[in-house]
Amino acid sequence: MGTVDWSRYLTEMTLAFHILFATVGVGVPVFISLAEWIGIRKKDEHYSLMARRWARGFVITVAVGVVTGTCIGLQLSLLWPEFMRLAGNVVGLPLFLETFAFFFEAIFLGIYLYTWNRFSNPYMHWLLTLPIIIGSSGSALFITTVNSFMNTPQGFELENGQLARIDPIAAMFNPAVPSKVFHVLSSAYLTAAFLLAMIAAFAMLRGRKDEYYRKSIRLNMAAGLLLAVLTIVAGDISAQFLAKKQPEKLAAAEWHFETGKKAPLIVGGRLNPETQEVSGAFEIPWALSLLATHNPDGTVVGLNDFPKDEWPPLYVHYLFDAMVGIGFYLLAVPVIFLALPRLKRWQAYNRWILAAILAGGPLSLLAIELGWFYAEVGRQPWIMRGYMRVSDAATTNTHVNVAFWLFAALYVVLGVVCLYVLGRLFRNKPAELELEARRIIL
Amino acid sequence: MSIEMLGITVLWSFLYGYLIVASIDFGAGFFAYYGRVIGMESIIGPVISRYLSPVWEVTNVFLVFFFVGIVGFFPETAHYYGTSLLIPGSIALVLLSIRGSFYAFANYGAGKSGFYLLAYGATGLLIPASLSTVFTISEGGFLDVRGSSVTLLMEELFFSSYSWAVVLLAMSSVLFISSTFLTYYASRAEDKRAFEQMRFFSLWGGIPTLISSLFVFVALRNHNLEHFDRALRVWWLFGLSLVAFALAVWLIWQKKSLGLAFVLVMLQFAFAFFGYGQSHLPYLLYPDLTIYGGVTNETMGRALVVAFLAGFALLVPSIVLLLRLFLFNAKYVKGELT
Repeated sequence: MGTVDWSRYLTEMTLAFHILFATVGVGVPVFISLAEWIGIRKKDEHYSLMARRWARGFVITVAVGVVTGTCIGLQLSLLWPEFMRLAGNVVGLPLFLETFAFFFEAIFLGIYLYTWNRFSNPYMHWLLTLPIIIGSSGSALFITTVNSFMNTPQGFELENGQLARIDPIAAMFNPAVPSKVFHVLSSAYLTAAFLLAMIAAFAMLRGRKDEYYRKSIRLNMAAGLLLAVLTIVAGDISAQFLAKKQPEKLAAAEWHFETGKKAPLIVGGRLNPETQEVSGAFEIPWALSLLATHNPDGTVVGLNDFPKDEWPPLYVHYLFDAMVGIGFYLLAVPVIFLALPRLKRWQAYNRWILAAILAGGPLSLLAIELGWFYAEVGRQPWIMRGYMRVSDAATTNTHVNVAFWLFAALYVVLGVVCLYVLGRLFRNKPAELELEARRIIL
Repeated sequence: MSIEMLGITVLWSFLYGYLIVASIDFGAGFFAYYGRVIGMESIIGPVISRYLSPVWEVTNVFLVFFFVGIVGFFPETAHYYGTSLLIPGSIALVLLSIRGSFYAFANYGAGKSGFYLLAYGATGLLIPASLSTVFTISEGGFLDVRGSSVTLLMEELFFSSYSWAVVLLAMSSVLFISSTFLTYYASRAEDKRAFEQMRFFSLWGGIPTLISSLFVFVALRNHNLEHFDRALRVWWLFGLSLVAFALAVWLIWQKKSLGLAFVLVMLQFAFAFFGYGQSHLPYLLYPDLTIYGGVTNETMGRALVVAFLAGFALLVPSIVLLLRLFLFNAKYVKGELT
């Protein structure tokens, strides 16, 4: 394997690991804030305790998120120096702003964690969650603009291999930004809702009965319903964006080769790459046209319109299908959960629902991974679509394989220890005990 | 001021900020572990963790800020430093990752474990050593630049007296800065035993710092005479640094005005660090890259400066709030607030 491949694998590994913690880092503060606010407003100690317990686990994930974020930040220059040398001229601004947002979050998280009992007015402490949310969602926004730039570069002109007439603002607010940021934020919040509900569902499945767990699930599922709808809407906007601006990515995801009207949507199946024939798939007529153009008669550009050396790998089809499938699962669970109590004979906290919520946690993280792999692999072979190929951007240093194994070992250690610590944190201190210790008996 | 100078000044200031906050952090980790080994964990441990807990995450940002900023202001550095520093950079990243996450595991997870503390303490000295390699390389002579390929000459680096002088200086400075800060902090906490212990560390810690900085000067003269000559031109900065050092040690010896003593230590390093930086210019990497050759285009440079000012307007009040709530809050420092 060459240096370029090793560089790709190391970047993939770091990002795949980081994105789990980053997603938690963006989503969970919103729920901590929400729970603390409800707790103060309703004078309900259950919610206040929820905020504390979530915050405690959150710090552990933030720590891993921060260090892996530092890794990817520096790896951009270590592994892709030629890309940074060129693009640093155009995307320096959002990268810089991202660190500011991160700085802001870091400061207020430190303050938040150590001032639970400092203020006589509880809303003062709650207010500290706002800069944390602004910081974490802000850094997601800025870093997503950089990734969007790589997909739809603009804000410069290329003259003899040099960038000229640079417009940093245009580069930052490139066409891919709105749909990407929307999708990234809504899916991160949705994932957080399911991860937090997962913890409570797990406790209930183990026989815990306190009202605390029911309140947690109720809060997260109500938010989850709204967020799942938003995420699916964001996905729909993204698909239309791709159809217009990056048709080869959408076409690869849908194995759509010939440009044409009334294009069908292909779910699953197997592809014969020679004949471009799909077998065993579930085909929905007109649906791709509908998805891409909101018109069953709309024209969708096919892959054969592009030179073959600019095609993304065709396995992205499975990533796309799986992501979309999980997206609808995450919509179905809260819908069923919220609908059940209205059907009198059923109760909402039965074993099946709890198991479905439990599965929603890992599945939502999996969907995040699948979506990012689809988004990133789908723009191969470009690192800067239309301008720079991945193979021209990689380092010339031949020791990338050493670095790969070094980081692989690091992520294994971090992942295992982090899960162990998180598990211990909640196992040794179930909510009931803490409620008792804090003399909250409702 | 030109964009180049403005950019490098901003970045250098942030690196100085990192030097101070990270030294306190790295040294504290080392002392916390050392304290445990010599059976004094209960004496200095609480003081250290009370300071570190609210700020550990902020420390890291200074570093991220620097390396994101330098690629923004000087994208050419990515080509030279990025290519050559793959392995040393990766090692530093792994150490930083272990340190940062294990701190959280140990402090917010369940129970103190010796293993976490060892990881935390040992990395406290290894990270400054590995990060200081960048300064060494910037003096030239350790890279083989041929056309578009850049290779780090590991053997040259390993057998260079200059590189070892820098490593020694980095490690001794970390311990010195950290111990003077913790002396001050312990005195504010009115914790007599921790104070005596940290004072002992800071008084003895001054000696290796002084020796290794002289050692660096001699080694620099042998390694890069041009830079050494430029350094002599700003000799007064290094002189002021020495004066600040002497005053700081004297105050700590006298057990007087320990806050001022720490400010003097900060000044000592500020003078030396900016003196070194000033004399390094115009080179970012001797002799291949200057700030003029490596700078980003003017539009981006201006945008970065505006972003920097806006960001700073946001950060300064936040940092002041952080300091007032923790560092300068007498009740918190004494451990009366939980």
